[in-house]
Amino acid sequence: MDQKKLKGGIFNKISDTNLLLVITIVIFLLMYIGAIIFQGSGFKKPQMFFNILNANAALIITACGMSIVMISGGIDISVGGVVALVSMCCAVYLDKANGNVWVSMLIAIGIGLAFGLVQGTLVAYFDIQPFIVSLAGMFFARGMTTIVNTKPFNVQNQSFVKLKETRIKIPGMGSYNKKGMYIPAYIEIGVVVALVLVVILFLVLRYTKLGRSFYAVGGNKQSALMLGINVRRTKFLSHMLCSLLAGIGGYVYFLNVGSGAASHASGMEMNAIASSIIGGTMLTGGVGNLVGTLFGVLSLSTIQNIVASAGLGEAWWTGITIAAMLCLFLLIQSIVIRQKKRALKT
Amino acid sequence: MNRSIFKKITGNQLFIPIMALLLLAVINLIVDPGFFKVNLGTNNAGNPVLSGYLITILDYGSELAILAIGMTLVTAASGGQDISVGATIAIAGSAMLRVLCGTNPRPDAIQAPIIVAFLVACLVGMLCGAFNGALVSVFKIQPMIATLVLFTAGRSIAAWINVNKLPIVPDPKFAYFGGFIPGIPIPTTVFIVIACIIVITLVLKFTNLGLYTQAVGINEKSARLNGINPTFIKFLAFVILGLCVAVAALIKVSRLSTINYSVIAKDIEMDAILAVALGGNALSGGKFNMWASILGAYVIQFLTTTLYKFNVQSDALAAYKAVVVILLVFFSAPKVREYIGDFFKKLKAGKAEKKENKGEA
Amino acid sequence: MENNRLLEMRGIDKTFPGVKALQHVDFSLNKGEIHALMGENGAGKSTLIKVLTGVYTKDAGTISLDGENVSIHSPADAQNLGISTVYQEITLCPNLTVAENMYIGRGRDVITNWKKMNADANKLLTKLDIPAKATQQLANCSIAVQQMVAIARAVDMECKVLILDEPTSSLDEQEVEKLFGLMRDLKNLGVGIIFVTHFLDQVYEVCDKITVLRDGQLVGEYEIKDLPRVQLVAKMLGKEMDDLSDIKGEREAYHKEDADTKIFEAEQLVSDAGIKPFDFYIKKGEVNGFTGLLGSGRSECVRAIFGADRVLGGHVKVNGETAKIRAPRDAMKKGIAYLPEDRKVDGIIGDLSVRDNIILALQVMKGFFKPFSKAQANAFADEYIKKLSIKTASADTPIKSLSGGNQQKVILARWLLMHPEYLILDEPTRGIDVGTKVDIQKLVLELASEGMSVTFISSETDEMLRTCSRLIVMRDRKVVGELSGEDLTQSKIMSTIAGGE
Repeated sequence: MDQKKLKGGIFNKISDTNLLLVITIVIFLLMYIGAIIFQGSGFKKPQMFFNILNANAALIITACGMSIVMISGGIDISVGGVVALVSMCCAVYLDKANGNVWVSMLIAIGIGLAFGLVQGTLVAYFDIQPFIVSLAGMFFARGMTTIVNTKPFNVQNQSFVKLKETRIKIPGMGSYNKKGMYIPAYIEIGVVVALVLVVILFLVLRYTKLGRSFYAVGGNKQSALMLGINVRRTKFLSHMLCSLLAGIGGYVYFLNVGSGAASHASGMEMNAIASSIIGGTMLTGGVGNLVGTLFGVLSLSTIQNIVASAGLGEAWWTGITIAAMLCLFLLIQSIVIRQKKRALKT
Repeated sequence: MNRSIFKKITGNQLFIPIMALLLLAVINLIVDPGFFKVNLGTNNAGNPVLSGYLITILDYGSELAILAIGMTLVTAASGGQDISVGATIAIAGSAMLRVLCGTNPRPDAIQAPIIVAFLVACLVGMLCGAFNGALVSVFKIQPMIATLVLFTAGRSIAAWINVNKLPIVPDPKFAYFGGFIPGIPIPTTVFIVIACIIVITLVLKFTNLGLYTQAVGINEKSARLNGINPTFIKFLAFVILGLCVAVAALIKVSRLSTINYSVIAKDIEMDAILAVALGGNALSGGKFNMWASILGAYVIQFLTTTLYKFNVQSDALAAYKAVVVILLVFFSAPKVREYIGDFFKKLKAGKAEKKENKGEA
Repeated sequence: MENNRLLEMRGIDKTFPGVKALQHVDFSLNKGEIHALMGENGAGKSTLIKVLTGVYTKDAGTISLDGENVSIHSPADAQNLGISTVYQEITLCPNLTVAENMYIGRGRDVITNWKKMNADANKLLTKLDIPAKATQQLANCSIAVQQMVAIARAVDMECKVLILDEPTSSLDEQEVEKLFGLMRDLKNLGVGIIFVTHFLDQVYEVCDKITVLRDGQLVGEYEIKDLPRVQLVAKMLGKEMDDLSDIKGEREAYHKEDADTKIFEAEQLVSDAGIKPFDFYIKKGEVNGFTGLLGSGRSECVRAIFGADRVLGGHVKVNGETAKIRAPRDAMKKGIAYLPEDRKVDGIIGDLSVRDNIILALQVMKGFFKPFSKAQANAFADEYIKKLSIKTASADTPIKSLSGGNQQKVILARWLLMHPEYLILDEPTRGIDVGTKVDIQKLVLELASEGMSVTFISSETDEMLRTCSRLIVMRDRKVVGELSGEDLTQSKIMSTIAGGE
């Protein structure tokens, strides 16, 4: 009886957002420490962690956008398509038209904004379901990618390659290879962009009127309206922001792979949704935290690495473990919500 | 009087898919009347077969039509969609091959009767449906997110079932399901679809599935207070979709007599959802019209085939589809209709005012 | 006097599909005035307020504030004009903190200063004596506290007009007193307050003026001293109510020899909806009722009987035999029917036709594999459309396009078609016109005289008095008394509800 009371007390003191965030971070730490202890070699090297960051910088950015849309009560499944389209357009512009790197960045942002503008308008001002709108957006982006250029190709543009190869060394962290040579740990430019964006967006969500409006609209649309929030504009901006981030994420992805291909970033939208959920963003809206999303992405890719280095080389284990993890987090969320409801009732 | 008939026709749910079908037909008729030619020829095995674009549409629209049946029920009951159908087709298909071929990917003869393999596939499909259904109905997770689990894992599980090998079914009879039965020039898939339609029509006629599903989809609380168990109805809808998935898997696998885990039935979930939407069914659940969904599936196949005919690349198809989807949902959105209605009202009011002014002058 | 005028609404019209919610309604408010807006359920009070706060757009009419015409298109507009509102249902965001709910959507600051906001909020919470912390998540507060937070928010905005739409239904006496003190303070500062409530005592305690609405039309505006209670009630109800002063006498009570058998009996029944365990019984052919204030737990009791909420404990006997009722289905099998309180949320299945809505319950009882034929379903529907004179274009019309009263009749038809032994009616007459009300009351008595047991719940005590022969009185989610025979008077009920004193 006493224990029950205690449990209810904890549930009541901590907000939904923080509770789910704590669960996510704890599970990530346990997983990573477990990997270091039981799998040794690879995970002991700091570079392993930085490689995870390098490979997932784009996912971090798009997942942040996804989280913002989900917090406001929507969804956007076009982000993977936008990433592919951005990569392809930038690749074609840089390589075939021998363009300028800075202009290519503008192209990426422009594509993102265009998608946000159309999708946001349809969702917010015409009350069309976000799922259907972004489904069409995904179709359109994927189709356009092929129309722009069918075959995958690598970008040879000098200044772009230079930017792509730029590595930022992390002082004090590194490891010795088999020959005993010291190799400093490094991250790519994309990671810096991603982390800066996470910080900025975190602050936006926490401290700005707009950020709080996202939470209010996702929590209860009707109430938000009554509280004097412009619900339509808020919804519009959430989609705008998500697509813009998909555009930036697309460029970071492009920077990482250095090529354009129609098959790029396939399934990235689902990974972004999965990361958001694992990071504690509630599907019903109103609850979520970008730090959680960051950890969601890290958890997702750590588990992939664990599976790979555990000798379960077969590709299928990755999919299955990710799904199992997703399922676990969904169940945790579902149970937490139910417990809270019960605790409040009695 | 004329107006009310007009309204009745345009208000019918079948209006949009039929109009879309007619529009596509007319476009094709203008561009190339040969589109509608149906030839009777022979295939490689020397059997009589019908060929032509129309036959292609009927044949390749089959899987979609079958999935549309289940997807309609899931949409109506849960107010959400199952995005895992493509992945679960891979699972059911893989299970079917595992039963037919055993552990040897290149067997000399099938290891079990086809019917047993099909039943196993049905069981697997229904299990997948039950898994999704449990997440949605018992744990109250949004359908799209709940089915994301199997969407992510499905193709991996399918590969795992056959240890990533690609078994080939040795029995030519197995290919009948996705091709032709010797002596019958109509694709077998057409008969399978007809069978499915008959079954679902009978089910809807002789049970209360339709009424219960709609009641749950429209107002779950109220349905419960009328003695309906909403949890079970939602669960049931997903299980039925699982069954549809198994039938679609049979056709898909039979077409190739083998499987490609990462490509089989790729993106079919999006088309199936689209079919439901094209049929004028609200994606937020509630009332549904099964015929409209099935028709919607064929509209999509018609569009796909038409685009292919215009030499659009298969990867670029999506872009054109997107435009169609957006136009459709845009003009069927209540908000947009409201705006248009207001606009016409204003126009009329303006005219009336002008007339009055004239009268005064 | 004229330049004291703060708010002026003239000729407001608002129509919803099938309902004329407001017809040429005028309303005016002076500075430093507490103005009660009265009327029965469905009289149009809430609609008028929602027009004023921009939730609904009016079809016609003008609104002027401080002598200037204003157009209000959204709650944000209203807020910027200095109109702040506390609604009957809580309109805050449960996922945000208490402080945020007090300050979000206000002011032009782009950046949220959490420290300052929390400090301000805490200061205000202490000042108003609200037991909540600024940093607490709102969902973790009780409903009463949430309502107080909404009031704190409205009060803190430097508003010209403050609207309180039935804010007291979830507050206890002390909290209400606190609110009244606050209202008087604001009044002295020159704020105009519109106060909507069902409690007459409260009106006479704080208000200066009363505007009465009935059936979407203005009845009149009165100074409080010129309008004694009896007249106020008469104005609210309209003259028609005289016709039905005694309908009980028209029908003979059920008098067969089995009139003493208990159809339904419950012992220490309790559900997860937060009511205390209660005992209850009903005899054959009896009409009884649960009475008490809103939120006293009367609906929760009947929901527990029907298995609509999760039953946590207690014993139930139907016709003398022990029964297990875990879900509505079990109750229906035992011949119990329940017409829920909230028609829109729990009753109608909006997009389905009138026919499907009528046959639904009986169909569920008949079984999944035995659907009615079309002809039979139509016959049932037509029979009850005629019997209850339901106004509908056809049996195929979706129920949501019917007016409230006719929707209610359809739901009633649904349960009558099941021919239950025991019928529970929770607020069957809320928000419907007077004529239909009388129809339903007469029907209840008729059914009882034929041997059906009926439990009747209504917010209007005189309606209960007209129909019920025994009343169970509730307070604070507990059964506190039972009245029958001579004790069935307005004053006796009131005193039992109020308790002790």
